[in-house]
Amino acid sequence: MIVRILGEGQFQVDDTDTTELNRLDTELETAVEHDDEAAFSAALRGLLDQVRLQGSPLAPDSLAPSDLILPRQDSSMDDVRKLLADDGLIPG
Amino acid sequence: MATKKLMKGTAARMGVMKRVSLVFKAKANKALDKMEDPRETLDYSYQRQLELLTKVRRGVADVATSRKRVELQMNQLQQQANKLEDQARKALGMGREDLARAALERKASAQSQLNDLQAQYAQLQAEEEKLTVASQRLQAKVDAFRTRKETIKATYTAAEAQTRINEAFTGISEEMGDVGMAIQRAEDKTAQMQARAGAIDELMASGALDDAVGGRRDDIQSELDMMAASSDVERELSRLKGELTAGAPKQLEGGANGNSQAGQAPQGQAQGGPYAPPPQAQTQSAAIPASDRPAEPQDGEG
Repeated sequence: MIVRILGEGQFQVDDTDTTELNRLDTELETAVEHDDEAAFSAALRGLLDQVRLQGSPLAPDSLAPSDLILPRQDSSMDDVRKLLADDGLIPG
Repeated sequence: MATKKLMKGTAARMGVMKRVSLVFKAKANKALDKMEDPRETLDYSYQRQLELLTKVRRGVADVATSRKRVELQMNQLQQQANKLEDQARKALGMGREDLARAALERKASAQSQLNDLQAQYAQLQAEEEKLTVASQRLQAKVDAFRTRKETIKATYTAAEAQTRINEAFTGISEEMGDVGMAIQRAEDKTAQMQARAGAIDELMASGALDDAVGGRRDDIQSELDMMAASSDVERELSRLKGELTAGAPKQLEGGANGNSQAGQAPQGQAQGGPYAPPPQAQTQSAAIPASDRPAEPQDGEG
């Protein structure tokens, strides 16, 4: 599957085993649930590292849409909330 | 759960990853729905891609300009800090610890401004690098999109083209959304930094920053100058005093030396005795230490 890290690019990630990615994604959600900024940023970094580890950068001229998109590494919880809001951050 | 907090009304088990990608897809679909003829979409999108590319390139240049400006200010502050340290050293040398302390306090303040600017500089540099990479990536995708667009237009009927168009459009609009956010972020950062840099420039120009950071350049410097001048005066004074007194004491010294030399003299002139007559004194003078000579020979000769 293709995963995009915003501000960084797309990765082709081997999706035969997504256990670790899902675990980290759940961690990220839990952090949001507890409104815990520190845990959020640690979980986000962990998740992005895992994507980089498990994936390889997609050719820059690929036009394939991503299956999953992740916030940029230095995002705060508030940034992500805005990103998810209806007319949020995404231009266009 | 967490997701409910992030976005109401969506499945609770859906992760952040999924959610963000859905938002992007929704955006792309909305744009696609607006188009009557799918082929129109291709041209329209391509137009927007070119616009975005221009914008990103301009963004890279803006960030670079902003970075250079911060760099310039950092150099100015560094010079200021160096000057203050130099002043502190001079003040200490003159025994004015109070003045040295004042200079060092100002140096600390300049240093903290400098640290602040260094952090900004690093941020701008990182932003510049990211945007440069983003612009290269976007360029590659735009080129690929143009090729795809021509193929689709030439090969497929409107109906057949739909799926292919959708895919290409979704892919490129995801990239455009990403790059668009990056450029927006860079613009915000640059605007912030420019405002701050402008404020610092203004302060520097008005001399007010000198008060805050360097100290009105001259209150420490002018005191140092004054002290240097007055210590020059003191030095001159004591030199002159020395010259004035040199005449009398040196003659006395000379006499004393003469005596002691007379005491030492026996080596060469055993026969002369302690109070040798003038001619002998003159021969003695050759053995007198150089420092004592000027007075003695004159005496002897005169």
